Amino acid sequence: MNLLGIFLTISVYFIFSRLYHIRKKFYLNPVMLSITSIIILLYTAGIEYEVYMESARILSFLLGPAVVSLAIPLYKKRDFVIDYSTQISSGVIFGGLIAILSAFFIAHLLGGSEDVLLSISPKSVTTPIAIGVSEQVGGIPALTAILVIITGIMGNSIGLAILNLFRVEDRVARGLAMGVTSHGLGTARMIQEDKLSGAVSGLGMALNGVLTSLLLYYLIKILMRL
Amino acid sequence: MYKGLAIIFGFYFLGEVSMELSNLPIPGNVLGMILLVLALGGGMIDLKDVEREAEFFVDNMSIMFIPPGVGIMLYFGLLIDEILPIIGALVLSFIITIVFTGKIVEVLR
Repeated sequence: MNLLGIFLTISVYFIFSRLYHIRKKFYLNPVMLSITSIIILLYTAGIEYEVYMESARILSFLLGPAVVSLAIPLYKKRDFVIDYSTQISSGVIFGGLIAILSAFFIAHLLGGSEDVLLSISPKSVTTPIAIGVSEQVGGIPALTAILVIITGIMGNSIGLAILNLFRVEDRVARGLAMGVTSHGLGTARMIQEDKLSGAVSGLGMALNGVLTSLLLYYLIKILMRL
Repeated sequence: MYKGLAIIFGFYFLGEVSMELSNLPIPGNVLGMILLVLALGGGMIDLKDVEREAEFFVDNMSIMFIPPGVGIMLYFGLLIDEILPIIGALVLSFIITIVFTGKIVEVLR
């Protein structure tokens, strides 16, 4: 087997996560920088994606057990679900639907093709779940992965400013808005801001992942008929 | 360590098999996660047996997105042709979702 892919991925990610550790700026997102650098390296060396994937596939296979493992942070926060049940259920259901429908219809109005509509719909869900959901509804998982990461970077960089601008002040509301919209990267920013908001944000992210995986397939079937 | 891994891969396997058998359009790994939450809640699995291994996977998830993300190199044409709907929908949907979700939760408090 060609070991280039796994070696390249691990070493490039190692370098960029070190850099991010030193300077925690949103534009230094190590996943985005690693993807960009690996593409440039592969292009320069004339190596095809399939050759890279021969061994890099092992890393993406681990997304399976990683998603199953999300059960643990979710279970550990079960007290929050009980304490804030109304806010959490309304935030996840309305927020999850708004995220899907707004992305789908805006892309449609701006002339997006079917491939783009299907790939952009799960963009607010945490990356590992979004990749699986995108595949399920017939989207392009690679495109979904990029769009999800960009959505996360937006939440991480300007999410708090937007919440302040529109005067969303309640700590639970702020956390849910961030987690449902911008998944892990938004949650990471929220944890630095406020402990309660951060915890609720993580919960919003996990539950929105579950809701979107349950709903999106059927929702897309209805939307594509319109 | 092997007990934790056996639980995680066991529920992943269970999720995939349930997906195949039920024909539900849900990724098998998400189904596995839901089943594991239920098993923890029902007391069938002890949190201590799986906590450390699960947190290892969750903490190191970022690197696993890189190989599928690099796959975008196969779709540069699509990305350039449809840059307006892609960027427009990403930015507007982001603002709409974060503002409305926040406001709805505040009103329903």
